[in-house]
Amino acid sequence: MRPSPLAVWLNRILITLLFIFLLAPVFPVIMMSFTNDPYIMFPPQTWGVEAYWNILQNRAFVAGAQNSLIIGVIVTVLALAVGIPAAYAIARLPLPGRDTLLALFTSPLIVPNIVFALGLLLVLVYFGLLGSYFGLIVAHTVLVVPFVIRILLTALNTMPAEVEAAASTLGATPVRVFMRITLPLLRPAILAAAGLSFLLSFDEVTVSLFIVGTSVNTLPVALFRYTQSHTDAQIAALSVVLILITIVIVLAVERTVGLMKGLGRH
Amino acid sequence: MEKRAITDRKALRKSGEAVLLTLPMMLLIGLGFLVPLIWIGRISFQPVIEGSTLLEGFTFDSYAQFFGDPFYRSAALRSIQLAVTVTILALLVTYPIALFLHRTESRWRSVLVVITIAPLLVSAVVRTYGWMVILGDAGWVNSVLRMLDLPTLRLFNNYTGTVIGLTEIMMPYMALGLIAGFNRIDPTLEEAAASLGATPMRRFLRVTLPLSLPGVGLGCLLSFVLTMSAFVTPSLLGGGRVFVVATEIYNQAIAVLNWPLAAAMSVVTLVFFVVVLVFYNRISRRWEVL
Repeated sequence: MRPSPLAVWLNRILITLLFIFLLAPVFPVIMMSFTNDPYIMFPPQTWGVEAYWNILQNRAFVAGAQNSLIIGVIVTVLALAVGIPAAYAIARLPLPGRDTLLALFTSPLIVPNIVFALGLLLVLVYFGLLGSYFGLIVAHTVLVVPFVIRILLTALNTMPAEVEAAASTLGATPVRVFMRITLPLLRPAILAAAGLSFLLSFDEVTVSLFIVGTSVNTLPVALFRYTQSHTDAQIAALSVVLILITIVIVLAVERTVGLMKGLGRH
Repeated sequence: MEKRAITDRKALRKSGEAVLLTLPMMLLIGLGFLVPLIWIGRISFQPVIEGSTLLEGFTFDSYAQFFGDPFYRSAALRSIQLAVTVTILALLVTYPIALFLHRTESRWRSVLVVITIAPLLVSAVVRTYGWMVILGDAGWVNSVLRMLDLPTLRLFNNYTGTVIGLTEIMMPYMALGLIAGFNRIDPTLEEAAASLGATPMRRFLRVTLPLSLPGVGLGCLLSFVLTMSAFVTPSLLGGGRVFVVATEIYNQAIAVLNWPLAAAMSVVTLVFFVVVLVFYNRISRRWEVL
């Protein structure tokens, strides 16, 4: 029994409209970034790339971009350094209390960011570390490390353990097995985890807003504050740059492994 | 006997290695995550004067203020109302997309799946700004209405705009849950229903829809939890006029400096989340049985 042609067409129109709604905020962002209008006008009155030059002159944006870049790299390295051994121990070694530890390590995914943000703010204030790189690096590492562990656990669990067993029966030491067999096989997963970690850290705004204080700034925080008081094309231009950075990293990760495998939050 | 002792010792050494390897992670989560959460609990019971000076001691004042003051009570209720509304709307607009992705044989299927989920990697600030351009007083919707000489709509700096923006922002998360649910459906069951003469409508209502419910549950949980704690979108699209728990925690912590009150709101939010998760686990276990 086939549905009528009319039903098929109505269905197609509905699906198209829903996809347009899903992607709706992207179109105005791209279009607005090429206007020189001082505020939102539709249709835009003047066209140009002034906004892209202006964001390069905007001190808050440039300083924020530098900080976000440095913090993103440090967070990525730290999250991998802490997450890879933990994932390996959970997947391969007789770790006591394995399930409890795994639940604990991925708990930042469940606790609302706003609550964690307040807690970290209170602790950092107590130790006089508000508005420091330290606070931001700890915050971002805590938030991205569950993804590192998830991605690596999936990779370790789907990897044939026989290869490692074979190497070890042939006399390789555990360290040698890990360095020569396990690590190379994990490379795609590690690259995916690294890409995602950097992206999540680079885009993180809620927790950062609580703990940046007045001295340090990150790019999303600078953008958020600017958006609270302005609606000009600079926001759009910066948004386009952020979207392009996201696409580049997503494509790079997608080429090494499927990105969507890594995104399963639950 | 002796051999057993050796293997025991070997197992013990392996466990020791395992603990050693997870030690950095335990330190990170312990000091960077658990300590802050415990700290909130402690501060929430501390007395405070003039709204910003912390005192030593123990009091329920902040909780009494949170539950007693109609302003905070309405912020809490508004958050729940917002989360329920957004979750239902996100489900209604995402379910057809997920169903389409489940059924289509188009060679673009995997591209369309990526397009559906990828927006969650685009910063919420960026997507919220896009909605500000569309919904603002001089935005696209109102400009078109003005050109057509129709009355303009208030879609910005209010609850309506916040609902529209958040619904779109939750769509990829809803899609993640729904797609996971559809992937678990055995395709032969739908074929069997069709070959036994069920109409497409009947096949959907009696087979596909019930089997997709676990995915619906997961998508709704993600959407509800993330909307409850969403901060960026309500504060930008709400324009300081939509008071939800998340914006109030920020306001009390950063602007008013009433940390015990912010902490008490956080504790209540956290407890509420635990209740929701327990409730979700109950339901999803019942689905496992079905």
